[in-house]
Amino acid sequence: MTAPLLEAQGVTMRFGGVTAVNSVNFALREMELRCLIGPNGAGKSTFFKMLTGQLRPSAGRILLRGRDITGAEPYRIARLGVGIKTQVPNVFDGLSVQENVFVAAARRGSASQARRITAATLERLRLTAIAGRLVGQLAHGQRQWVEVATVLAQEPELVLLDEPAAGMTHEEVLRTAELIREINQTHALIVVEHDMQFIRMIARTVTVFNQGSILVEDDVERVLANAAVRDVYLGKQAA
Amino acid sequence: MTGWASFVAMVAAGLALLFGLPMVFDLFGLLQMTVFVAMAVLALSQGFIWGYGGVMSFGQTAFFGLGGYTYAVAVLNMGDSTVPVLLSVLVPTLFAALLGYFMFYGRISDAYIGVITLTVTVILFNVVNSTAGDFYTIGNAALGGFNGMPSVPPLNVPGDPSSPLDPEQTWYAAMGALILVYVLLRMILASRFGRVVVAIRENETRAQLLGYDTRLYKLVVFAIGGGIAGLGGCLYTNWGSFISPTVFGLAASAQVLIYVLVGGLGTLLGPILGAFGIQYLISLIGTQEAVNANLVLGAILVVFVLLVPQGVVPVVRGLFRRVPNGRRGRVAEAAVVEP
Repeated sequence: MTAPLLEAQGVTMRFGGVTAVNSVNFALREMELRCLIGPNGAGKSTFFKMLTGQLRPSAGRILLRGRDITGAEPYRIARLGVGIKTQVPNVFDGLSVQENVFVAAARRGSASQARRITAATLERLRLTAIAGRLVGQLAHGQRQWVEVATVLAQEPELVLLDEPAAGMTHEEVLRTAELIREINQTHALIVVEHDMQFIRMIARTVTVFNQGSILVEDDVERVLANAAVRDVYLGKQAA
Repeated sequence: MTGWASFVAMVAAGLALLFGLPMVFDLFGLLQMTVFVAMAVLALSQGFIWGYGGVMSFGQTAFFGLGGYTYAVAVLNMGDSTVPVLLSVLVPTLFAALLGYFMFYGRISDAYIGVITLTVTVILFNVVNSTAGDFYTIGNAALGGFNGMPSVPPLNVPGDPSSPLDPEQTWYAAMGALILVYVLLRMILASRFGRVVVAIRENETRAQLLGYDTRLYKLVVFAIGGGIAGLGGCLYTNWGSFISPTVFGLAASAQVLIYVLVGGLGTLLGPILGAFGIQYLISLIGTQEAVNANLVLGAILVVFVLLVPQGVVPVVRGLFRRVPNGRRGRVAEAAVVEP
């Protein structure tokens, strides 16, 4: 068996007296698509922030292909191939769509290469028509696309998406699901999402967070049928 | 206008002023323009690090004064002004790099960067202010405390101390330096480095998550700004053959912020026009005794912050340019500097 792409060992995050994430063990295989679900405050976004270096875990280790990245600077983790779309869109509001993607593509390689990646990424996410618009003036859904475009343009090995379908129209959600499957043909992904229909569209394996710990981790249908999961989170929505 | 067209137009306008003003102005007028240019170089440094780098320095005068004093001390010891001019850029650059290292790598938040830079210029004011007496000499140069350093030798033809520049030639040197700084900054902003700098201003977290070490970028921007401010200080010292600790004072550092705010934050033209306009106004007020110049400056600042917060240049550009997508003026220049 090959080593996992990403591994978290006993990762814990405490904020004062609150334990947001409590000794979580998590492993992601190469090319895997994993969904994280759980009620608000379960620790999903905190977990993502530790994976990307925005927060340093209070305890535990995070390994990327066996390499210890616990508490490393965010830019170093990004260079090792981890890209993240955050829950609240983090984009360059004062720059055009094209400039946003260019800055992401330009970190390595030549300028002409960066321009090529930019054009291809804009095309792939159907942003070419609005390439000249300022991102700050776009609708929420479009800004999410721009952020996904910047993540893809940096050509990461692992893509983290925090609520990619939030605030999107039905068509946009369908397109997002399609895109995630497309990305998964070449990349590993972890997707945090609340929308159960969306999870059903894309998920194979689902990890359920509750109160900072992993409640259950299993095949999507079994997770959605799990009584404990329904109790903490799904309620009538999945019934 | 595309990036190239605006760039060429700006440089052409600069060259027209460079050669045109000596024909229009008498000697007194040209001298006054020369000191305006020195302040415009300082304003450009502030406009660059604040408007593009997003680094709010309240004490850009620290580097301006340091450049001025470095030039004075070096030229009094060396005679030839060639190396002192280089030192007046190099010393503030290194000082800014050192200060920037502690601020950016120490994860100091933006508000405290303002506080620290303000404190640094006040400290320098007090240090230099208390250097009266024979004890405080560096080689041949007496620092002179509050009275400053008089009779600083002027610029000379590079490598030839026996040919000092006359006031008209000094004008050419100063205005030429301003044009060079402008060209340098436009080139920086058009480069990949410059685009990342603007991106960091827009969203530092995103830049980090894309793999950019934002501390290093801010450090480099801050150091470049320090060097440019130092060059302004060198030109200023040259203009009056004199420098005193007031260059480090709070009034001076506040004035630079007003240049940039009035002219337009996030543009390069704005700080230059702001410096010329405000300086001209101050010199006008100086000829009468009815109102105090600082009172007028304060009133201008309040009016602009309330009514024209973007500053003059973005507003005028917005009037002239029909922009389909309503680009914000603040980023207009950043958006048009594509190479």
